[in-house]
This record gives sequence, structure tokens and C-alpha cells, in this order.
Amino acid sequence: MPTAGDAIARKSGAETGFYMPMLLTLMAVVLIAGSGVPGLFARQGAAWGQITATALTVLGAGVGIAGGWLALSVAPAGRICLLPGIWPGMPLHLRLDALSAFFTVLIFLMAGAGAVYGQGYWNEAKHPRTGRKLRAIYGLLLASMVMVTLAYDVIAFLMAWEIMALTSFFLIATEDHKPECRQAAWIYVVATHVGTLALFAVFALLHGASGTFLLQPVPVRTSMTLQTAIFLLALLGFGLKAGIMPLHFWLPGAHANAPSHISALLSGVLLKIGIYGLLRILTLLPHPPALWGVLVLILGATNAVLGVALALGQHDIKRLLAYHSIENIGIILMGVGLAMIGQAVHQPVWVVLGIAGGLLHVWNHGLFKSLLFLAAGSAIRGAHTREIDAMGGLAHRMSFTAGLFMVGAVAICGLPPLNGFISELLIYIGLLAPATHSAGEGWAAVAMAAVALSVVGALAVACFVKVFGAAFLGHARTNKAANAHEAPLSMIAPMWVLAGLCAAIGMAPLLVVVPLGHAAAVWAGEGTVFARVLTVMPWGILTAVNSGLAVSLVLGTFAIRAARRAAAVPCRPTWACGYARPDHRMQYTATSFAQPLVRLLRWALRPITHGGSAHTIFLQPMTRSSHVPDFVTDTMLFRFWQSFKQKISPIRRVQHGSVQRYLLYMMLALFVLLATLIPFGDLWRGIMGR
Amino acid sequence: MDIVTHFLQAASLLLFPPLLPGVINKTKAWFAGRKGPPLLQPYFDIYKLLRKRMVISTTTTWIFQAAPIVTLVATALAGLLVPLGPFAAPIHFAGDMILFVYLFGLARFFTTAAALDTGSSFEGMGASREVTFACISEGALVMGLLVLVRLSHSISLTPMLLAPLTHSPQAPVLMMAAGLFVVLLAENARIPVDDPNTHLELTMIHEVMVLDYSGPLLGIINYASAVRLFVLSAVVLHLVAPFQTVIPLVDWAVFMAEMVAMAGVIGTLESVMARLQLRHVPTLLVAAGLLCGLGFVLMVR
Repeated sequence: MPTAGDAIARKSGAETGFYMPMLLTLMAVVLIAGSGVPGLFARQGAAWGQITATALTVLGAGVGIAGGWLALSVAPAGRICLLPGIWPGMPLHLRLDALSAFFTVLIFLMAGAGAVYGQGYWNEAKHPRTGRKLRAIYGLLLASMVMVTLAYDVIAFLMAWEIMALTSFFLIATEDHKPECRQAAWIYVVATHVGTLALFAVFALLHGASGTFLLQPVPVRTSMTLQTAIFLLALLGFGLKAGIMPLHFWLPGAHANAPSHISALLSGVLLKIGIYGLLRILTLLPHPPALWGVLVLILGATNAVLGVALALGQHDIKRLLAYHSIENIGIILMGVGLAMIGQAVHQPVWVVLGIAGGLLHVWNHGLFKSLLFLAAGSAIRGAHTREIDAMGGLAHRMSFTAGLFMVGAVAICGLPPLNGFISELLIYIGLLAPATHSAGEGWAAVAMAAVALSVVGALAVACFVKVFGAAFLGHARTNKAANAHEAPLSMIAPMWVLAGLCAAIGMAPLLVVVPLGHAAAVWAGEGTVFARVLTVMPWGILTAVNSGLAVSLVLGTFAIRAARRAAAVPCRPTWACGYARPDHRMQYTATSFAQPLVRLLRWALRPITHGGSAHTIFLQPMTRSSHVPDFVTDTMLFRFWQSFKQKISPIRRVQHGSVQRYLLYMMLALFVLLATLIPFGDLWRGIMGR
Repeated sequence: MDIVTHFLQAASLLLFPPLLPGVINKTKAWFAGRKGPPLLQPYFDIYKLLRKRMVISTTTTWIFQAAPIVTLVATALAGLLVPLGPFAAPIHFAGDMILFVYLFGLARFFTTAAALDTGSSFEGMGASREVTFACISEGALVMGLLVLVRLSHSISLTPMLLAPLTHSPQAPVLMMAAGLFVVLLAENARIPVDDPNTHLELTMIHEVMVLDYSGPLLGIINYASAVRLFVLSAVVLHLVAPFQTVIPLVDWAVFMAEMVAMAGVIGTLESVMARLQLRHVPTLLVAAGLLCGLGFVLMVR
């Protein structure tokens, strides 16, 4: 039965009807959403619930990746699919175009990897209280994330968005017996609901501009004020989800306190849904002015630099990785900002380079950040602590975890021959393109962003050498670290898959050119983008150089090790200038490694030290510690919240904690809403007798 | 003809570099009134080390053994991206200047990780200083390369470095060359940033990171640092002394002679200057970055 939505869709040129990739994706959504449900009927501690959930999730992930890859390679525009909605006559519109498929492939990959990892990390036998709840909500979260990317009308988008927000809240609060976990979850839910409010405003303004609830481009004659309002509100709403500074305050706490495979999902995928939303809103606003692109570029550059600087001061491994997520979101925004500037000044090469770099970094960051979080989870499980300075020497006891963490670290620093280098190279070439060709004035400012990116790269190398060296290399610093056990195969296997994909994209970037080109073409809205992606970077030579580098590095390492074994090289304690008895306390800690840099950047980081000072003559035993506070969360928000709480204390008498009175409030609200259905106009006319 | 020039460049990249530390040591000896070691001594040293037996620390992992190889391969690949004399580099493509910078980053990652691998506070100290100074010097390097990008309208090292021959504004290029010379001194552990002769933990950066290496691994490390000095000197030389005659081979020979002269200049600098206090090194590197930045500003017209 044709509906109004059908008619509008046909007018816009997109077709409705059967579409194989959409069918596969919806099947995968159903499989994954229901994967945790059978386990809910198992008793606590039974293994079959988890095995069923893992198997269904992996099956769903496979089907979903197949559907997404098909959509990326075959038909970039996609078709609209109508699902029955909650209200008759208002179906939900879904559309799987190449931009959505780009994100669904990432979501499904992480779904499978996380489920298999959870088999070993959050085994039902060891976590009977929280296991079934975690798996059920995990499936719902993944399904809702896919539905957000598929949504083609406002209702579907907001419903899926809200389910995503609530399920991620419950997942962050998995270990809710710990107070810091509860606090992180509360901060997260406040942040995400403020974002949802902003999104309501965005969609209301969009409806006002275009007259339809479908996510379609607004008419060209829409006023620039309205479009700017939509853009800024979208930046606020999606920025809260993506973790754009200063809206990142929920990120470090949520990532640190969630279980590691949930942190991997949050960091690798959930932040990208915010980026997806921003990209989708940008496709709906034609002719953006260059100022928007400059704003996004500046936001991206500051995010990148501040994120990595704050990461340098962290000593909790998961908080550190969370700040690196902020840095990489900044790099993605730099690419998107460049693409927006290119659209405004009609330079298609900049558009292609910027959006291709940003999108490829979405995939790359999803891969290596999840790999890092999974490896960190394995290290935490082995050493029983999240503090980097309490680990040490884990590479001897957990060699697979150490090697895979190293692959993730090399990838996130953007070093050749892995995948981070490819996406950062695209963004570099894009940022330097104005310098090579343009005669205008803006090229110098954009080129400055390239210098900022190089400093970010060097700071990232510093930070990851610190983490990798302090956690995995050297001597063990505590007894627990000295007795660490390697993770089981169920935890190692997903890390191998992710590391293999990092290496594959790095050494053979030609594999991703076609999907990248289609997704970029859908975003930019013109077909020539796809052909340009192939010419804008020397993919062939890069493949040859990267593969050659990787092969020679691997061969060289094996040759050295074989030569060492053949020569029966003697092993002795570390020489280090002749100290006869090195102790594990003599080696550099992570804090001391980062100290020169933190001191150089102390004007930005403002580190706080607690404890005694070593300036007296007769020293007593003392404790000294330092930490780098997050200026948004710990200073601004905290002080603001204290004063705000004081001012609204009269109103807080409504929150008394009595469930009966809360039910009364809900009933009153229901009565008021039902009362709006009463036809007051007719009643008045009836009473007045007209 | 291309094959011959590529082969010539690869051969000079592999065989020439250990001559440079020899020239530096000879220059320093001449300043000190000594005869000094022979010019070819670094070659003999590397050969001797390759034949010695090495001792490996029990604390270390495979990263300790892999780091010298990674450094050598990365530095050699960076060398293949730089044109020597008038010839184009064997590997060149748009964007290879970024690969050049990040290859040094790859070498630094593994060197510093291997330093932390030994579990000794000496190596940790050196690694910590190395990554700190690299943050500033990498920014200065890219800032300087931006001048060449604008000058040559390309982002491949071959057109960029061959541009000062034919393009006119020289002041930005000279300022950038001064900044890059300081970056060269910092990256290669030369005075005034680091003293390759003393072995005091208070003063070392690069020397202290390789304290535990011995035998063939130490030989590879010495060779790789000579290659690194060669590569960065080639970059700076293209900026300060572009020279062109009709015959390319003469240009190439003059370029190699200029490399020896550059090593002599470094040796002279090492003999007449003292090492800076470590807390002043970031100031020096920021000054180098500002020099490159000023050259960049001059290009914005």
C-alpha cells in the first residue's frame, strides 16, 4: 500500500523494494539482538547461555558483514525499506547506502570480536551475577547501533538512539557494586541525554525546513541562519556522543570502569556513531559555508593535541586509551573539516582527500583501538590491576598479549607499515593540498594543522612507548605482575583477527579503496568522487613500499633471532654500567618516563602533586603522588555542579525517593496528556451555544 | 640510465655513511692537536663488532634484538626517498615526505621500547629524553618542509629538495636550513644536544639507550646511526649548497664532497662548542622550530 513516505521517496529518486544487503543486515540485527535472550532463561553460572549468545552473535556478525560488504561494493545508493512502526500509517523508513554500510561493517566486526572475547574475559562461571544481563544488553546495544545507521526517518533514528544510550548506560554500570563505576555511569547518562535533547531540536528544525520527517536534504532556499542553527546543534548533540572536547567529560570515566570488551565497543564503535550522525546531518545541509569547515578543522586539531597531551599524564591504562580515543576523533574531524572546506570552495580534490582520510580513520581507529582495549583487558586480567606502574615485565609471561598490544601501539601512532599510517597520510596530503595548488590566503592556516598532526604523532609515540614499556617490558613491579598468566584462546583469537586486519589494510590498502570510494561518494553527493579516490593517492606504490617494509622487518627479526640461537649467545642480567644487582624498583616507571613531557606541557596539563616535599635535610619516610586532572570534568564541571546543586535545593524536595509518589507523578502526567485530546474548542462552542 | 643512477644512489647510501663519523672524529682530533683515528676507522669498528660474540640480557624480549634491524631498515628506506646530487630518488611518490618523517618515528618507537626493555634506569632516562625532544624536533622538521612544499608545489621529496636549484626566494630556504641543521644535530646526538663521547648518565641521550647492546647488534646500531647522519645531511645540503653543472656525475661527486665538508663542519662545531644543559635543549629546539616557522611566514605572501 503506497504511503506518503513512498511518494516522497520516489520523488527524491531513491527506490523502495527488496534489497539483498538490507535483508542480510536486518537478519543480522535480529540474530544479534536476540543472542542474549536464550541465556536469560539459564540459571546463574550455566555455560550454555554464554555459548549460545556467542554463537548467535558471531553468526549474526558474519551475515551482517556480508550484507554490508555487498552494499559497499555493489550498489552505493541503496534502497529504502519500510518496516511497520509503532503507529499504523507511520512506517519506519530504513536505508542502507554506502555511508551506512561503512559503519555497519565496523559494528558487526566488533560485535563478533567482543562476543568471542567475552567468552574468556567475562566468563559466566567467574561472573555469575552480571553475565546474563551483560550479554542480553550487549546484543541490544549492537542492534540499536546498526539501526541508528540504517535509519532514514527521524522516529526510527531517535528510537534507536535512545535504546543505544540506555543499553550503553547499563553496560557501563555492569560492576555497579563499585562507587566509581556508578558515578561514571551517571555522568554518562546525563551527557547522552543532553545530547539527545539537542538532537530533538535538530530534527524539529529539520522538519521545519524540509517539511518531512525523512532524512532528506533541506531545500536550497532554506535560510542560512536556520542551517547554521541545525549544524551547531548537531555538533553539540553528536559531539557529546563522539567525545569532542569540551564535551568529552564522560569518556575517561566510562571507558575506565566498563569491562574491557565493552570499553572496546564504546571506544571503537559508539564514538563513531556520533561521527556518523554528524556526517549524515552534513549530507542534509547543501552548500555549507567555509566557516563551518574551519570550525570543525580547528576543533579537530585542538582535540588531537589536547587529547594526547592529557593521555601522557594518565597512569590508569584504560583512561589513557580513552584519551587517545579523543585524539583520534580529533584526527577524524580534521579530515571531515577539510572535506567541508573543500565543498565550500569547490575543490573536489580536497573533499575526496578529507572525507576518505576521515572515513578510513574511522575504520582504522575502530580496529586498533579495540585491539588495544582487548589487549589491555588481557593484561589487567593477568596482573589484577589497571595501574601501569603496578604491571611490568608482562611480555615474558603473556607474550601473545604483549605482541598484539605492540601491533596496536604501532598502528595507533600512525607508523608505517600499518593501517594508521595510510589514513593519516590521506589527511596529510589533504591538508597540504592547498599549499601546493591554491593561490588564496587560507593555505597557511590549513598547513599549520599538518604541523599540529605531526606533533600529535610524536606525542603519541611517546605515550605508547611509555605504556608498552612500563606495562609489558622490563622487570615486574609487583608480585601479581610477576605471576601473570596468559589469556585463554577465546581472548587471543579476536585480537589476532583485529591485528591481522590492521596489517592487511596497512600493507594492502588497495583492498579498501572501493568501499572507501563508494562511502565518500555518498557523503559528497556526487559520482566523480569515486573515480577521484583512485587517483588522489599513489595506492600502488604505497602498497609496494609498505609491504616491502613489513616483509623486510619480519625477515630481519627472524634472521637475528635465528643467528642468536645458532650462536648460543649467553644470557646475563642487564649490564647497565656495571651495577651488580639491578632491582625492579630501579627501572623507570611510566610516570617518570612521561615526566619531562608533562613538565614541558605543565601550562596545559596543570599536574597536581600530593605528599611531602624532599627539600628538608633529614628526610623522613614519605609518600608522594601526582596526577593530571581533567580540566573539564574535575574543575569546571565539578565547581559548576556544586554551585548549581545549592541553588536548586528547594526544587529538589520533589525528589524524595518514595516510589508511590513517583507513580502518582506519572499518573498525573498521563492524565494531562490524555486531557489534550479533549476537544476544548467544540466544548466551549457547545457551552456558549454556537 | 635510471637503473644506473638508482644503483649508484643505493650503493652510496650503503657504503658511504661510515666515512662521516670518521671525518668528524678526525676533525675533532685535529682541533685537539692529536693525530686521531684513521678516516676509515668506523668501517673497521663495524667489521670488528660483527665478528664478536654478543651477550643478551635476561630481562629483555625479542624487541631488544629486533630494534637494531628495525632502525636500520627504516633509516635505509628513508635514505632511498632522498635524492642524492642531481638524481631523483629511487623511490618517489606524492606524499613520501610524510613517509620520510614517520620512518624516523618508527625507528624511534623501537629504539626507545628496546631501551625500556632492559629494565635499567639508564636506558629509561635516555628513552624518556629522546621521546621528549622528538616531539619538538618533529614539529620543526615538518614546519621546515612546508617551506619546500610551497616553493616546489609538490609533496614528494625529490622535487622538493631539487627545487632550491631553480626557484628564487632564498631567504626562507636558508632560515629553514638553519632550523633543520639544529634538528640534524638533535636527531644524531651531536653537540650541543648530546655528547657522543662521554658516558655519563647525566649527559647522554642516544648513547645511553644502547648501553646494553654488544657484538653484531651494536655494529648494526653504529652503522644505522651513520646512515641516519648521511640521510639528514643530504637533506640539509640540498638546501644550503645547490650546485649544478651540465654533467650530472660531476654534480654527484661534488655532492659527496660536500657531505664530507658537512661532516667537517659538524666536527668543528663539536670542538668549539660545549654541550647545552639538558633543560635548555627544548629551548634550542623550539628556536629551531621558530626559525623554520619564520621561513614559512616569509612564504605566505
